[in-house]
Amino acid sequence: MKLKSLLLGVGLMLGVTMAQAEEPFKVGFVYVGPVGDLGWSYEHDQGRKEMEKYFKGKVKTTYVENVAEGADAERVITQLVKAGNKVIFTTSFGFMNATVKAAKRFPNVVFEHATGYKRAKNLGTYVLRTYEGRYISGVAAGLLTKTNTIGYIGAFPIPEVIRDIDATYMGAKSVNPNIKLKIVWANTWYDPGKETDAANALMDQGADVLIQHTDSPAPLIAAQKRGARAIGQASDQSKFAPQAHIFSVRDHWAPYYIKTVQQVMDGTWKSQDFWGGFHDNMLQLASINPNLPKDVRAKIDETLAAIKSGKLKPFTGPIKDNTGKIVVPAGHSLTDQELARVNWYVQGITDKIPQ
Amino acid sequence: MDADFIAQILFSAIKTGTPLLFIALGEVICEKSGVLNLGQEGMMLMGAVVGFLAAYSTGNMAFGVLAAMAMGCVMSLIFGVLVLHLGANQVATGLALTIFGTGLSAFVGSDFVGKTIQGFNPIPIPYLSSIPYLGKILFEHDLLVYLSFIMTVLIMYVANKTRLGLTLKAVGENPNAANAIGIKVLRVRYLAIMFGGAMTGIAGAYMSLVYTPMWAENMTAGRGWIALALVVFASWRVGRIMLGAYLFGLASIMHLVLQGFGWTISTNLLAMLPYVATVFVMVIISADKFKEKLLAPRSLGKPFDPRHMA
Repeated sequence: MKLKSLLLGVGLMLGVTMAQAEEPFKVGFVYVGPVGDLGWSYEHDQGRKEMEKYFKGKVKTTYVENVAEGADAERVITQLVKAGNKVIFTTSFGFMNATVKAAKRFPNVVFEHATGYKRAKNLGTYVLRTYEGRYISGVAAGLLTKTNTIGYIGAFPIPEVIRDIDATYMGAKSVNPNIKLKIVWANTWYDPGKETDAANALMDQGADVLIQHTDSPAPLIAAQKRGARAIGQASDQSKFAPQAHIFSVRDHWAPYYIKTVQQVMDGTWKSQDFWGGFHDNMLQLASINPNLPKDVRAKIDETLAAIKSGKLKPFTGPIKDNTGKIVVPAGHSLTDQELARVNWYVQGITDKIPQ
Repeated sequence: MDADFIAQILFSAIKTGTPLLFIALGEVICEKSGVLNLGQEGMMLMGAVVGFLAAYSTGNMAFGVLAAMAMGCVMSLIFGVLVLHLGANQVATGLALTIFGTGLSAFVGSDFVGKTIQGFNPIPIPYLSSIPYLGKILFEHDLLVYLSFIMTVLIMYVANKTRLGLTLKAVGENPNAANAIGIKVLRVRYLAIMFGGAMTGIAGAYMSLVYTPMWAENMTAGRGWIALALVVFASWRVGRIMLGAYLFGLASIMHLVLQGFGWTISTNLLAMLPYVATVFVMVIISADKFKEKLLAPRSLGKPFDPRHMA
């Protein structure tokens, strides 16, 4: 016993001296929301923690939460640079210009900006293939709806959201030829009250499965109250509505954070535009409801496997937009650059994109 | 668009309008006594977070509502001491209260983000809820909505038909005269402010316990401000406040409903309807001299110090 604790003590001391001898590699994170939002920023923080754990003390991370998009972001990034961080992840689209400016001022620091499109020699971008999750969501919703109507709550009509709506519709249509998709724009990323209103408006009009591209769990709660079903956004939201919840499409950033930090430490990092999906384990289906009918569950698993293996690429031609024009020719799958510019609804969606 | 659907929309409008109704009912009493409290948003957020915290910790929804009421009272008391005793500017103090409440609620609630509670369940009233359409619109709500119905009738009665209502009016219209006939002006104003705080607290609890049973930073999203506009819109009449609250509620969900019908009208235009309506009412009531009596209580926003009688 005594010997054991002695050994343990020596080991600990050794560990401490080693850690002191080797200055940890510093990595900074900037979040737009609170880490407790249980959505977007929460998942980035989970990724940060997983990455730190992976490097076992060799990497030290710092994060700043609730950073306003704009001038404030620049100040925060500068502080992180001054504190000695060698890689800085800025995790919201609105941090783009602040990150670009900082990258110019600090050429020896590596910057990674999520969901942006401006790159530089020391500034890379990364984004999720959320449309893959939407396609599976569409399949599940198309099978589960009794009214043949899916309700979709969008935040703002930007390419990322439009692309996801298209993927949802194509997924639903592949299993249910009579499917209708009703879209409501909430004009906000986060306002639980408004998201509830939007969910109710959709259910009033016959939607019995809800999919959201806004960040609060409010639509799930609203669906549960009225016996409808819904799909969780960004993180595992099953506990908010255990009955209504079909599954959550979880953002899983850790693999990218680990890979990037490793590359910078090794000196092999290069600026690029990275797209991560199920194949890269950067998207996950979380908490699939155990009460789903067997055939639905089987179809979900089958679709997931096909997407994972690359056999199924949702944006593969021929695809017509809803004016009848061919937007993806037969045999072609949209490249990442083309995906970033999707601004049309696929044939079958009767709405118009708000201008 | 069939009748069932319209009933469903009106039902939702009442739900959306209820927090506005609670705040506006409290604020109208406060303003009738001559005090303008712009701290609604901050008080509401504090009510929402404390209500959620209390309900989450005890598992008792009613206790959550009571805690939110108490919190609203405390917040309004801070405001009361500053403007009544220390003679601070009401507008500035109210704004400060909003900023203070917004920050403090985020701080207090940071550990409770993402926690879940059951929330209030709707309780259909027997017999009444089986009236076609009307039953669905009015009598299939939760307890707090019924409470708002009762409070509206009660406040209407007290404000217009009782001695207490008259006292309140005297204090708000002419505090010097009220003081001369022996009314304790400051005491009446304190009570009015605290009543306003309690009602705003309930509105906060309605948000975090009923409407979206969760706590999230800044979850009231400006409803406190809309309620302030509503009081003006209703020209300080209790009955009109109720109507106005549901009208504002309807306006704020209408742009979501219409989208489902494929309307291409800009949602931003529809979302600003309540504010346009308020400006419109302001223009109408201030353009007509005969309608001047509909305007704000005469001493609204002016401090009163019994030691310096005019």
